[in-house]
This record gives sequence, C-alpha cells and structure tokens, in this order.
Amino acid sequence: MLETVLNKMTAIPASLLAWIDKRYPVTRMWNEHLAQYYAPKNFNFWYFFGSLALVVLVIQIVTGIFLTMNYKPSAAEAFASVEFIMRDVNYGWLIRYMHSTGASAFFIVVYLHMFRGLMYGSYKQPRELLWILGMLIYMTLMAEAFLGYLLPWGQMSFWGAQVIVSLFEAMPFGIGAPLAEWIRGDFTISDATLNRFFAYHVIAVPLVLLALVAAHIIALHEVGSNNPDGIDIKKYKDEKGIPLDGIPFHPYYTVKDIVGVLVFLILFFSVVFYAPEMGGWFLEHNNFVPADPLRTPEHIAPLWYFTPFYSILRAFTYPFLGVDAKLWGVLAMGTSQILFFFLPWLDRSPVRSIRYRGPYFRYALYSFALAFVVLGYLGVKSPTETDLFLFSNTVWAQIFTVIYFAFFLLMPWYTKMDKDEDRPVPERVTG
Amino acid sequence: MDTKVTRKVALTILLLAPGVLFAGGARLLYTAPHINETDKAAIQRGARIFINYCLTCHSAEYMRYKRIADDLGISEDIMKKNLMFASDKIHEGMAVAIESDDARRWFGVPPPDLSVTARARTREWLYNYFTTFYRDDKSPVGVNNVTFPGVAMPNILWELQGWQEPVYETRTNAKGEQERIIVDMKLVEPGKQTEKEFKQTIRDLVTFMVYMAEPAELERHRLGFWVLAFLLVLLMISYALKREYWRDVH
Repeated sequence: MLETVLNKMTAIPASLLAWIDKRYPVTRMWNEHLAQYYAPKNFNFWYFFGSLALVVLVIQIVTGIFLTMNYKPSAAEAFASVEFIMRDVNYGWLIRYMHSTGASAFFIVVYLHMFRGLMYGSYKQPRELLWILGMLIYMTLMAEAFLGYLLPWGQMSFWGAQVIVSLFEAMPFGIGAPLAEWIRGDFTISDATLNRFFAYHVIAVPLVLLALVAAHIIALHEVGSNNPDGIDIKKYKDEKGIPLDGIPFHPYYTVKDIVGVLVFLILFFSVVFYAPEMGGWFLEHNNFVPADPLRTPEHIAPLWYFTPFYSILRAFTYPFLGVDAKLWGVLAMGTSQILFFFLPWLDRSPVRSIRYRGPYFRYALYSFALAFVVLGYLGVKSPTETDLFLFSNTVWAQIFTVIYFAFFLLMPWYTKMDKDEDRPVPERVTG
Repeated sequence: MDTKVTRKVALTILLLAPGVLFAGGARLLYTAPHINETDKAAIQRGARIFINYCLTCHSAEYMRYKRIADDLGISEDIMKKNLMFASDKIHEGMAVAIESDDARRWFGVPPPDLSVTARARTREWLYNYFTTFYRDDKSPVGVNNVTFPGVAMPNILWELQGWQEPVYETRTNAKGEQERIIVDMKLVEPGKQTEKEFKQTIRDLVTFMVYMAEPAELERHRLGFWVLAFLLVLLMISYALKREYWRDVH
C-alpha cells in the first residue's frame, strides 16, 4: 500500500525526466549522492549528527530570514526591535527562540559530530581534506555565532564583543590597535559596529558557510563515509562493484535519519517552548539589560560554546620571554583551534577506530574530552571564583589547558606507543 | 592494584570532580514562593500594584496596556478606568510620568525600564529585593537593601509593609574570620498589611513582572504541547517506516 503510493508519487513522467536529464544531470546527481551512494551499514548513534547539523543550518537560515524582516540593526533601536519581535510580531517569539536555541543546538550537534570523527579516526587518510573542510565550517560557525550575538544589543552582546575585539589589540608590531579599530569601524563597539556585524552575520558569513558545507559533502561523497569500525568497505565488493557492507544512502539512511531528526526536533522544541533561556546557558540573563557603554558588568562571559577557549585565554597570566600574558593567551587560544587541522598528521597510528586502538589513545581522548568540558565550565565562572575545590579557577584552567594541548602535541608519540596493544582490526564491519 | 584499575579509578574521580568542586553562588536570604505565571488573578492584582507604585518612576515601555487587557480578558473600559492613570492610549506601552532628567536629579540614576527586568534579574532575586528593605541611617536615602546593597530606590512599599530591621548573626567565613552577616528581617513597625498579606502582595507583583517580561509565555506553553504531540506521532510513524525498510539489511 505504502509502496504503491510512493511509486506513484515518484513516477514523474519518464519523458519529462529524460528532457531534463539532457539539459541538467538531475538523475545522475540523485544517484551519485543518494540512491547509489553506498554508505557502511553499521552506522551507530554517533552518525546522526551530520544530517542534524544540516537540519539546524536550515532552521537558522529560515528563522534568520524572518527575523531580519523586523530587526533593526541600529544601536538606538536594536534592543527594542527584538522586544517588538517577542511581543508584537505574530509568532515572533517562536521564530526568535528557534534561532537562539538553534545557535546552541548547532554547537551541540557540531561538537558531537567532531567527537565522532575523533573516536573513529574519520580525519585519517584518505579523509584529511574532508576533516579540514569540516574544521573550516566550525571556524566559520564560530565567527557567525560571535557576530550574531552582538545583534540583540544587550549588555552581554556589547561587552562580549568589546572583550573579543579587544583581543586583536594584543597583536604586536603596532598592528593590534588599528586592526581592532578596523573591525569595529570605531574606537569602541558602536552603531557602526552593529551595522557591519549585521551585514556579516546575515549574508557574508552564511554564504561562506553554505559553500563550505557543499564542499564538505562533495569531499565526503568522493572518499566515502568512515564507520565505527574504521575500516574500508570498498575492499570487498560484489560482482556489480557494490561494497558488500554498503547500503544505498537512500532509502536506508534517509528513513533512518528522519527518525534521528524527529528525536532531535522533540528535544529542540522542548527547549524552545519550555526552557528557551536554558537557565541562562542559551540566553544570558544579563542580555535582557540594554547595552550600556558606561556600565561594565561585573562578570563578562561568552556563551557556553566559546568558554573552553575563553578559559584557555585566561589561563595565561604570566609574561614569558618578553611577551605579555594577554598575547600569550590570544596565541594559545588561536593555537588551540588551529591544532585540530593537523590531526591527520599528528596521529601516527595505522588504526582508525577507537574500538581497536590501544589504551594510550583511548585515555588521551577521554582526558581531552574531559578537559574540554571542564574548561568550558570554568570559562563561565569568574576567574576569581574561590569556591572551587582545592585551587582557584585560574589554576584549574591552567591544569586542564595543559591536558588540552598535551592531547595534540604528544599525539605523534602516544599513538605510536599503542602499536603493540592495538587489537586486530576485522576485515568486514561488525554489527 | 593493577594499573588498569588505578586508571579507571582516577578517571572516575576526574569525571565526578566538576560536580562536587564548583558549588556556591549568590546569597539570597529567602527562597521565593512558587510563582505561577498562568495565574491571571495574581497577574491582575500584581498589575494594580505595579501601576500604583512602580509606574510613577519606572516605565515598562515594551508592555502595551492593550496586551494586558487582552491577555487577562478584561475590557478596554475597565482597563482604562482601573489601570490606566499615566496614559489614555491603550495601544501604547506603559510610559512613565516623571522626566528622566528629574529622576536623575532626585535619585542619581534614572530608574530603569522594567519591561524585561524579571528576565535579567530572575524571580528569586525580585522576591528577595522587595522583601529585604531596612532602615539604615548611614545610607543617603535612609534605607538599604540586603539583596541590592546601596540601592538608590527608597522603599516605596513602606506604607504597606511597615519598617524592618535586619537580624544579624556572627558566623565564621571560609577564611576562618568572624563575620557579622544579615540572616533574616524583623518587622519593627507594622504597615497597613500584615506580614502574610504583604508577602502575598510581593508574590503578585513578581508574578506580574514575570508575565510582563514575556507575555508570550502563556501562549508558548499551550502551543508547545501540540507541537510536541505532533512530533511524537510523526516519530512513531517514521520509526515504523525505518524498521520496515531496514528489515532487508543484514
């Protein structure tokens, strides 16, 4: 019954399809990317987050378009226009909460997607470029989130932007201050800054993001998906050249991903409808106070998805080698992200998946994940927080910053040390 | 002990650590009573207090009179007669009667707009703020507040509440020093309302401010149920579809 309905729905007159195919490769693209793209059959829970990231991207673009219809990018009107959306625009509150929840959801999904890559060695040969493109998406996403956070023009928007842009002032050789000024378009965060951040946020950066996402998917479909066993499914093919452990992405993974999308949407809308502030984690309390250049808040913290890097920045408190602490912090913060790009070459192990790797890599990865979460937590707290166990916030941040960097910098050695303890990698995918 | 076990123990401790390590936070004297943001009677009583006492100095410009009337189901006439003293334009926001320059001269700072204050400060904070004013001769305005020390606002609700004095207790702080801190408030001069009545008044006022900070909340909860119910049904269908397709994957 269902089958026949679907058949009828897809039964576009063959002649029309042929007409189009002569002029545009619609059937070929459909087959290459969906119906005849063979993905490993053993994807697990961790493989939902790629398609979920696409879903969130669409949510952000669509809700973003509707928000621009009523938002006013001016220092005098921005805060009030957001409240206008929240109160007077039909379903404006829903659109706005979907967008604000979408921002945090994007990072949750992307962080889990990246962790999957780390666990199953998805960055390793031959997927180096796929990984690099993914990292570029992540960096672009951070820029997009940072720019967008200025737009509500609350206290945290203003002072968060002030702190982040002032980081560029740490640049040496006299380029720092002019650079920061060039970014702001003024000597301080102002109407001019809000205007240009709006332009970047709604068009410039999203264009880059979309192009990178397209490139990421093209790269994926060129090399094929990795899987939880980290083995190459193209090694064993049937007589038609189809991988024995592969299944066509459509319909198998489309129907499976729809289930994932619905579970995600249920969680997403639970937040949107019942906890849009998420206790101050998704919408900060202080951002409901209009931006006031004359009143610095006691405690300035970025949103949770930036706090691991914010902690690393603050962990540097001493000047070394004649370079002041702030510049060290900025360099460390930049390096902490750049290092991800080098993972394919830092990892010397022949084994991809954590399932078959020796203990050193496994504990290194767990410690890294822990360091990331703890640094994120510390970044939310004030640096002078004294309530912490044993040490102050800064000391804890320094300890976990060392763990964070050790994961990358010691990788060439510990991944080699695992050699004797690696478990045998199976020939075919397991369950 | 073998190294593997040691490693696991160490990992467990590290994983549990953040939860235990970082307790603490801002100190508020009282836990706020439960605020029911859908209680329209409480919102209406709170609106009356807000309009009579707060709106003389504070604006709430994003909150339109008409929206209050619509959400509470009261007619425009009743709204105009009972709740609109500062303006007669029902479609406008709740503007303030005093000039901001005057306010600056009288209080040192212009009283902030209160439209979204409940979201900036939280309901617990508001409840504590309204209930912890006390006489303080050292302060320029003659009063002080435990929740917001040195606040420029006088205790505007004194005629209802009466006057309180703080109750001190000497405690040893984290550094091992003796410290005199305020632990409670004591009524020394009764006002028009009993303590119980006043608490109810504050609760109503906070309810109104919570409603005012996000009038869509009432609609949000209602709509959310149907959206989630729809998604759940869709999930069940899509799961059945997935199972059906995946039967032939071995």
